[in-house]
Amino acid sequence: MSKLNLVQAINQALRHEMEKNPDVVLMGEDIGPDGGVFRVTEGLIDTFGARRVVDTPLSESGIVGVAIGMAAYGLRPVVEIQFMGFLYAAMEQLISHAARLRTRTRGRYTCPLVVRTPYGGGIHAPEHHSESTEAFFVHTPGLKVVVPSTPAEAKGLLLSAIRDPDPVIFLEPSKIYRAIKEEVPEGEYLIPLGEARVVAEGKDVTLIAWGAMLHPTLKAADQMAEKGIEAEVIDLRTLSPLDSATILRSVEKTGRAVIIHEAPRTCGLGAEIAARLCEEALLSLEAPITRVTGFDTPIPLPKTEKYYLPDVDQIVEAAEQVVGF
Amino acid sequence: MPKKIIHEFKVEFLQILDEAGRVDRTLWPALDEKEVKGFYEAMLLIRTFDEKALNLQREGRLGTYASVQGQEAAQVGSATALRPSDWIFPAFREPGVSLLRGLPMRMIYQYWSGDERGSAIPEDQHDFPIAIPVGTHIPHAVGAAWAAQFKGDPVAVATFFGDGATSKGDFHEGLNFAGVFRLPIVFICQNNHWAISVPLSRQTASATLAQKAIAYGFEGIQVDGNDVFAVYTAVKNALEKARRGEGPTLIECFTYRLSDHTTADDASRYRKAEDVAAWRKKDPLVRLRALLEREYGWSEADEQTLRRQAQERVAAAVHEFEAVPPANPEAMFDTLFANLTPDLLRQKEQLRKRLQKKERD
Ligand SMILES: Cc1ncc(C[n+]2csc(CCOP(=O)(O)OP(=O)(O)O)c2C)c(N)n1
Ligand SMILES: [Mg+2]
Repeated sequence: MSKLNLVQAINQALRHEMEKNPDVVLMGEDIGPDGGVFRVTEGLIDTFGARRVVDTPLSESGIVGVAIGMAAYGLRPVVEIQFMGFLYAAMEQLISHAARLRTRTRGRYTCPLVVRTPYGGGIHAPEHHSESTEAFFVHTPGLKVVVPSTPAEAKGLLLSAIRDPDPVIFLEPSKIYRAIKEEVPEGEYLIPLGEARVVAEGKDVTLIAWGAMLHPTLKAADQMAEKGIEAEVIDLRTLSPLDSATILRSVEKTGRAVIIHEAPRTCGLGAEIAARLCEEALLSLEAPITRVTGFDTPIPLPKTEKYYLPDVDQIVEAAEQVVGF
Repeated sequence: MPKKIIHEFKVEFLQILDEAGRVDRTLWPALDEKEVKGFYEAMLLIRTFDEKALNLQREGRLGTYASVQGQEAAQVGSATALRPSDWIFPAFREPGVSLLRGLPMRMIYQYWSGDERGSAIPEDQHDFPIAIPVGTHIPHAVGAAWAAQFKGDPVAVATFFGDGATSKGDFHEGLNFAGVFRLPIVFICQNNHWAISVPLSRQTASATLAQKAIAYGFEGIQVDGNDVFAVYTAVKNALEKARRGEGPTLIECFTYRLSDHTTADDASRYRKAEDVAAWRKKDPLVRLRALLEREYGWSEADEQTLRRQAQERVAAAVHEFEAVPPANPEAMFDTLFANLTPDLLRQKEQLRKRLQKKERD
């Protein structure tokens, strides 16, 4: 085991899977000699060559479109889209084709491809580089959506994503690419998709988060602990399929839920989680389900983005309100 | 039925000022001394602005910035050919064009410092804001050209983009519409040979980018993009053709990105120092200065005076930029729609309360 950051852990996972499976092919912009703009694919072209680590023309729709054909033919393409804000040109390919190739052909063709892309705010990036629109993809039947929140999680989830028989959108929180180092198991290390993780146990309130937002959420839980409030923290890690069972089990115990996401509030994933809790745990609820989210505006440019992103104070305030309801 | 050639195509290349600063008089666009010096002055101003931007970024006063060094001729040549009534649709590496169009320099620094107010284009300018998603503005330019044609306005549209953008569907769709509807537009591709770390050979198997126009039914021309006179001549001709109602043109400016892609990039990871050095010899400023010296008696003193003036202008703009009051975070709600929606009103109020509370604490 060695201590790695998220970038290194993803790199290790890609390397591991490429060694194991000769059909794994990486495609994207600047992933070759440059190693990707975040250096996630650093050194892979040296080991695996330009045949398997492919710098493509600048065309997101093209990249995803050809990856669909490659996947259906029998390769395992893992594509990198440089930022989530540039994935939109490929929406037609994802929604109309990748997501439904299996069901349209009643299982004759499948589309085992992975789209990796950095997402989220807080990195003082230019316009369109801080998007958090995971709900678009969760809303698309036929796509799986995975968001790691730590280096080890990233490795385990990415290996499962590449081996998954269906298309997976793998969202990498750029804010924490280099912020955390932890022990990452070497070799085979798989975390099944579709299972949330209870990061901290508690009885008073359930805090639900994913990706970069997990970290202020954990800090908020620590601050509340000092005041005697025991928060249970859930890291969703797979947004689709959503692990309702883990969420329900927790909220049935605590009776209170706060959902934290940096995406815009309206129709963010928080809305879906709140709806499920209303449908299935109404009688356990002792307070309104609360959301701490971004506003219904595009995330502002760096000078004011911090006013947009949920922070520890807001999470604590919301959780205390719910507990004191 | 015989097999026969039913069409043949050719692509012209235009150079007027060569690398040594010599002019081809047969192609000379009849510019007077003042105009020639004006070109140099504009290019030097852009270079000075750019060097300052890189410094400001290093000092943490700007965010990520995309340097324009090496492309000054492509920008000055084309911007000079435009009329104020023409519309432009830039990508993100055209601060030179924006400056010459009259966008206050302060606003360009403001934008790259991460402040939306830098995109609030003055009302009297027909300039679209920067487009960060590569190539996505090309169809917008086509639409504006269509609207101008529709309304019978005597204006042309110019849109700027890089070699990388020619791989996007937006580029092909935009050119196709422009060809089909014979629209008054000039597509200006600054082929600087790189899209971050990806070389031109990964964008196309075509011998030129200019020839892509042929497939869409109109003319494409490649010009020496480091020759301000070639760019000026080609763009001027294309704009006049557009205004005459004779349709679009694609102009490939053959140039080079001398800097890293942006301040977040390290080009030494993927390109050879020798290649950059070879292109430094073709620096558009160096060759124009050589011409000035040879034919217009340009002295070292003239050069120093001009440099000082450029530095003063840039310093004044930086001063204005830094004197701007901090951005108001509540403004993020105000211009999303013509009127604030009930949800946005509520959210704006939440933010205001949060800010007031922070101030009290
Ligand atoms: C749609 C899209 N994909 C990726 C990016 C990231 N990116 C920014 S600039 C760039 C290269 C652009 O190359 P080119 O069009 O040649 O313009 P240049 O940077 O050379 O001026 C890339 C890949 C982006 N901004 N937009
Ligand atoms: Mg380029």
